[in-house]
Amino acid sequence: MTDLEDLYREIILDHYRSPRNRGELESPPALRVEGFNPLCGDEIVLTLLVDDDRVADIKFAGSGCSISQSSASLMSSAVKGKTLAEVRGLIRTFKSMMSIHEASLDPAGSGGGEESTPDGSHDDHDGSAGGSAGGSAEPEDGLADVRRLGELAALQGVVKFPVRIKCATLGWNALAQALDEIEA
Amino acid sequence: MATLTPASFDVESLRKDFPLLARTVHGRPLVYLDSASSSLQPRQVLVAMEHYYETCHANVHRGVYTTAEEATALYEGARVSVGRFIGAPDPEREIVFVKNATEALNLVARSFGTANLRRGDKVLLTELEHHANLVPWLMLSEQLGIELRYLAVDPDGRLDLSDLDRKLDGVKVVAISAMSNVLGTIPPLREITDAAHAAGALVVADGAQVVPHVPVDVQALGVDFLAFSAHKMHGPTGIGALWARAELLDSMPPFLGGGGMILDVRLDRFVPADPPHRFEAGTPPIAEAVGFAAAVDYLGNLGMARVRAHEEQLTEYAISAIADRLGSDCRVFGPPAGPDRGGVLSLGFRDIHPHDLAQVLDQHGVCVRPGHHCAKPLMRVLGVTATARASIGTYNDEQDIDTLIEGLTEAGRLFS
Repeated sequence: MTDLEDLYREIILDHYRSPRNRGELESPPALRVEGFNPLCGDEIVLTLLVDDDRVADIKFAGSGCSISQSSASLMSSAVKGKTLAEVRGLIRTFKSMMSIHEASLDPAGSGGGEESTPDGSHDDHDGSAGGSAGGSAEPEDGLADVRRLGELAALQGVVKFPVRIKCATLGWNALAQALDEIEA
Repeated sequence: MATLTPASFDVESLRKDFPLLARTVHGRPLVYLDSASSSLQPRQVLVAMEHYYETCHANVHRGVYTTAEEATALYEGARVSVGRFIGAPDPEREIVFVKNATEALNLVARSFGTANLRRGDKVLLTELEHHANLVPWLMLSEQLGIELRYLAVDPDGRLDLSDLDRKLDGVKVVAISAMSNVLGTIPPLREITDAAHAAGALVVADGAQVVPHVPVDVQALGVDFLAFSAHKMHGPTGIGALWARAELLDSMPPFLGGGGMILDVRLDRFVPADPPHRFEAGTPPIAEAVGFAAAVDYLGNLGMARVRAHEEQLTEYAISAIADRLGSDCRVFGPPAGPDRGGVLSLGFRDIHPHDLAQVLDQHGVCVRPGHHCAKPLMRVLGVTATARASIGTYNDEQDIDTLIEGLTEAGRLFS
């Protein structure tokens, strides 16, 4: 599998071509949050209906690349019906997958040195993983978690393309912001 | 122009000057189509900077020892080289070295703008400005309450000049891009400058895109200020230049304060130095100035008219090859190829997001830039959030364009 096929896996292309839960819920009663990627101008609008501590319904709108759109689509499918605590856990696991160091996913280093990117590009996408990137114990835990992500694990190829991590986490950051607002 | 045909421009031999072009990415030769963002450096520039550090590095305008004198001579010599490259009549006094074109434009807005503009005064901009020639004026508008007006962009990507005289009424400053970094549009600057001067306005030109690609003579253009960056014209990052008419610089207050920009300092006041040093506080980018001079020498040796002829011909090839091979799948924003268009190709390919296009192109070794290109208001006019921009430099050839089109075709297959 080439790096590009690893990035654009079939599940991702499927969610990009046929996004799930696309649109907007009426707000109120739904909570509405917006997310922006200033790098490319992409934006997402997330509407979320919480009932009895569960995500009763969720929709996303906005425009973006295949990675941001498929990630939001996969996310919406994964969190619908889940409790807020479960959603928190999922956000944590997903974002830790997005910060696993390239080497731990690709021990053979098939890309060679020439595509390596400055470590700095990992720094600003994620506040939750607490410096797990490059750590020795963390990636192992991370990989175990990744197996629990189901379809979402298809997005793990994104970490080989650090610039695209912001695309993949666009919807998730909006979701985390929504939970913060609910629990504030 | 008969002696300036592209055939006399030997791209294949020129490419050997650029070490980075020998690199491969993903097993493919690098196809560099992002010169509007930043250009590559020829060995001549790298050697000049290394030679400076190895033989005479010292701080300028301070020491009396031999190497300090040599460093100062190189730095001041670079000022003259860069000034002559754009036809400055008095380069020793008229070229201010700054960090980049962005800083040059901020300098004009902050220094000239703050000293000369008052609440209600009008500044005329255009819808196709880069944020560098927009945000400093927006900041000044917040600070001083000046009014900003805009020339519109027509559907072809040219400026709508039909109401130029009306829009110029009461305007004190016109700040305008001399070539769009998104559409390649080259506005008729002389016409605009004449109209602006007739209306009593001064003209600030953002030359970041035009100076590297088109012969520029500030006296022929008639502009009052010209900003440009070295790294877009085969020079190093970290240095750019502001050219301004000497009497304007003489009248302007300092921009940044510090060492090197004063005649005298007391505990309760200071006397600023004369231009250009008035605007160069602190130790300047000396090695970068040496590299900048080597870059304008390099371009001067190529001949800017020949550079322009080559790039204009390649732009025409690119636009027609894209139309022939990709048809209506691929949209090239901006005016058709011609003398009023530079080699900046903002592309839309079906409904595939520019990030995805650029990612697939990278696998083919092709470097293009996806995004809004620091021109968000123009993106709104075009009705898109982003484009994939391929931009042409001296070292590009038809094969680069062919590889770009192959990559786009591949992206079309992947996302169909």
